[in-house]
Amino acid sequence: MPSLKSLRTRINSVKSTRKITQAMKMVAASKLKRAQTQAQAARPYAERMERMLGSLAASVAGRPDAPRLLVGTGRADRHLLIVMAADRGLCGAFNSSLVRFARTRIRTLLAEGKEVRLITVGRRARDLLRRDHGKLIVDSVTFIGKSRISFSDAQAIAGKVRELFDQDAFDVCALIYNHFKSVISQVPTEQTLVPAAIPAATEEAAATSPVAIYEYEPSEEEILARLLPENLSVQIYRALLDSAAGEQGARMAAMDNATRNAGKMIAKLTLAYNRQRQANITKELIEIISGAEAV
Amino acid sequence: MAKGLTLEIVSPEELLLSERVDMAIIPAVEGDIGALPGHAPMIVSLRAGLVRAQVAGTTVHEFVVVGGFAEITPERCTVVATEAVPVAAATAEWIEERVRAAEAVYSRTATTDEVEVREDALRQTQLGSVLQARV
Repeated sequence: MPSLKSLRTRINSVKSTRKITQAMKMVAASKLKRAQTQAQAARPYAERMERMLGSLAASVAGRPDAPRLLVGTGRADRHLLIVMAADRGLCGAFNSSLVRFARTRIRTLLAEGKEVRLITVGRRARDLLRRDHGKLIVDSVTFIGKSRISFSDAQAIAGKVRELFDQDAFDVCALIYNHFKSVISQVPTEQTLVPAAIPAATEEAAATSPVAIYEYEPSEEEILARLLPENLSVQIYRALLDSAAGEQGARMAAMDNATRNAGKMIAKLTLAYNRQRQANITKELIEIISGAEAV
Repeated sequence: MAKGLTLEIVSPEELLLSERVDMAIIPAVEGDIGALPGHAPMIVSLRAGLVRAQVAGTTVHEFVVVGGFAEITPERCTVVATEAVPVAAATAEWIEERVRAAEAVYSRTATTDEVEVREDALRQTQLGSVLQARV
């Protein structure tokens, strides 16, 4: 039986843990809100970009001189995966489920005899993948100490991707990140960046601009040459924001759980403490009474 | 013919403007383009400069853009800028910083074949004079 004193210390320690997890939950909730606003603000840009790219791509598709960022190298032997996770832990299965997803993907690709290279984003992604696939990692990016992700962060990553592409280091590039489905649900998702996945013209777009034939200034090729790298940054930026919102959502849920568990633990310990105290009192009483009777 | 056209200015970080205007003047690489309602569909590449929105002959909005693209349709003009701020927010420091960054890119790409990047950078270095000319 634990002593009363040790029970008291345990209760106090669980109580302070609960305070911490509660505070972390609050912080995550406010960060989540900020991340969601940021993701929302970035949406119009990505949409407009997609629309333009869609109409441009339609006009150069099928041409032999189409830019390689758009159509790829025509092979699929070498893959570059950008794995995005968080910098910090304490957010439930957010990191581990993403990394598990990435590992499965890597294994499948390797089993098919393809070459795989990795760029990790976030400290956790790097740490968790280093053990099994350390040799595949070509670059790691972390945002430690940054309060918000800016577009230039995405541009930096896109720059690295482009550099590797120019060196002819890969054929296919894909992003693996946690898609923010809702506050409590993040889904590991894979999205192909190169060759560019061009959204098929939606019905709505077709209705608003029936067979819009655009003029281009300068030429289509030149615009496309500028637009494609930009599109890369935009896609990465979107995934970064999505993942950041997901991280906060996951952390909020995890901390909410932890707070609840701590509450339960405190109730259980308090019960044990009271029982023990009662038992001690009874024991002392029996001792007194039996002592008095013996006299 | 619809009255006016919708001018939208978006940067990666936010939607800056979405308004009906009579005319939008945008700095395309090959010279400024004034887009009126009913303009032929066009996709243009932008240089660093000013986007102006006019209503009834007076300029109501001015934005500094640092490159990007614009899509013009008969009823809409969408400016997809790499970076954009209202003129009032474009301080001398902000411009200097852009120009310095652009100059760095320009000299870095001197030996590579990134023609587009280099051209863009060169245009951005002229950002200061664009604004000065206006004042």
